[in-house]
Amino acid sequence: MWRRIWTLFKTRNHEFFRDKSALGWNFVFPFLIIAGFGFLFGDNGKTLYKAGIIRTEVSETASMNLSSNNLKFEIFRKTNFIEFIDFKSKDAAIEKLRHHRIDFLINPDSGKYWVSKSSPNGYIVEKLFHASFYDKPETFIKQTIKGREVPYVEWLFPGILGMNIMFSGLFGVGYVVVRYRKNDVLKRLSVTPLKPYEFLTSQILSRMYILLTTTFIVLAGCMLFFKFENRGSYANLFIIFALGGFSMVALGLIVASRSSSEEFAGGILNLITWPMMFLSEVWFSLEGAHPLVQQFSKLLPLTHLIDGARKIMNDGAGLLDIKYQVLMLTLMSIVFLVTGSVLFKWQKD
Amino acid sequence: MQPILEVRNLVKCFPEVRAVDDISFIIEPGTCFGIIGPNGAGKTTTIEVIEGILSQTSGDILYKGKKRGTIFNEEVGIQLQNTELPMFLTVKETLDTFRNLYNNMADLDDLVETCHLKDIINRDNRKISGGQKQRLLLSMALANDPELVFLDEPTTGLDPQARRNLWDIVNLIKQKNKTVVLTTHYMDEAQILCDRIALMDYGKIIAIGSPAELLEKHCKGTTLSIKNTINKNMLEKLPWEWFKIQDRIEIHTNEINECINFLLENKIDLSTMVVRSQNLEDLFLKMTGKQLRV
Repeated sequence: MWRRIWTLFKTRNHEFFRDKSALGWNFVFPFLIIAGFGFLFGDNGKTLYKAGIIRTEVSETASMNLSSNNLKFEIFRKTNFIEFIDFKSKDAAIEKLRHHRIDFLINPDSGKYWVSKSSPNGYIVEKLFHASFYDKPETFIKQTIKGREVPYVEWLFPGILGMNIMFSGLFGVGYVVVRYRKNDVLKRLSVTPLKPYEFLTSQILSRMYILLTTTFIVLAGCMLFFKFENRGSYANLFIIFALGGFSMVALGLIVASRSSSEEFAGGILNLITWPMMFLSEVWFSLEGAHPLVQQFSKLLPLTHLIDGARKIMNDGAGLLDIKYQVLMLTLMSIVFLVTGSVLFKWQKD
Repeated sequence: MQPILEVRNLVKCFPEVRAVDDISFIIEPGTCFGIIGPNGAGKTTTIEVIEGILSQTSGDILYKGKKRGTIFNEEVGIQLQNTELPMFLTVKETLDTFRNLYNNMADLDDLVETCHLKDIINRDNRKISGGQKQRLLLSMALANDPELVFLDEPTTGLDPQARRNLWDIVNLIKQKNKTVVLTTHYMDEAQILCDRIALMDYGKIIAIGSPAELLEKHCKGTTLSIKNTINKNMLEKLPWEWFKIQDRIEIHTNEINECINFLLENKIDLSTMVVRSQNLEDLFLKMTGKQLRV
């Protein structure tokens, strides 16, 4: 039995590691995402709002004299996280404001500003604009968060790794087994002494090996290049990645259990991955989202995988701190695995 | 001698078709048994039911006198009709993979030599020709040094030279005293390779026996083939069985001299005439009224 499992494990690994395009994509994709977000949301470059400034030749001369309005404007201009964009034409600037390309528009020389009534960002920038003229309130005392804060990119990083594990687990098993069935490779294997559970075990083990290897290489690479920090234990991180990966592979087995159409399997896999990508807090937090959305999110394995990984990497959580995530991923894995194994058929329907 | 395989009253029904319709036959060890018929005759369904890929609707299949169990999968070798090879593997790795699925592994060097794979042993599966692929698929069927080998249309789509190469390999397998079950729609292939054949059409066996027995029993005569320039009235006057095959007329006769005289007397142009002994193709035509390869 083990010789057959080991043989197919090696065979599948050969297929994966020799397929240069798939291999490259598995490594390059997360690097590109992290690099892109690092560039967009780096500590110095992060902007939340955009404000337009109307500058004419006259007003440029006027600004040299720093009139009263201009002086106030210069204080406002020092506000962090607002990007200021110069416009020479008032009409062009108002058009941008109308289409929410900018959140706020000001002409310091004339002392006028414009906001769109329908823009929440515009409302916030207007408040910031007014606040910049006042001194700090004396009734409240400013406090700062103790310890190192978590930059957005470091918060995002476990999400990207989780998303990569999701794609690798689901498509790596789901798509491959469907292709084997379509090309009659499964049919050929079915007439050997190979048992279905031996075949499935070999595919699961191979995908887990590939998935964990690529994840930790990407993790090491990102830490090296982007100086990310893991505040928890690598052993715990391995456990949560392994459990999360296993649940994805098991879910992929359900998709692959019967179908022989790559198009159909691709559609189903997209149907599974897209909601997870948006509702499992890969890119943004669901804090404040509708309670039903938050509850639905708890049904998705990616939510628990990313939640656990973030707690370990960002907060230094131990295994006991993530016992809920571990339990949920274990339960989901068992349910998916049993369902996929029961449904599995060698042949096309 | 106990048959290595016995099929009794086998029936396989699909929702809209009775693909195998109550067929029975036995296969002696060390022989080559051919299942012959046109596309859709039920050859592949029959062989796939025996192999265990499909389940039978009714009937019995006995391997060495017993129902097929796990030992069947260990002791038989199977070449399917259309199988893709695993991607990104070399020929050697593919063979090793399949050898390792069995408890009884054939010797690798022996396999390579038997199936003429030496020149391509380290080549990627994706870079081998059609004939080389068929040889590799055949070697995969021999990966467990099987007693019984199923070959489902192994030469379909191959050029004449590749077909002959494969026939040589099948003959080598026969020489090793293995039992071969072969499906084909090439009559020459069946006549050269098979010791016994079953002729199938519409899921039924319409004739069974050795090629010589079948020809002796059903096709003793001669086939005269000429281009179809004979008018309809004349054809109806022909005292022998005749068939229209594309743009030619084939006349089956035991009296070739009389037949030629008749045609000459009726001023039929014999410049395109071909005369040959009857073969299995003629047998099939005679029994079903249609060509084998359609």
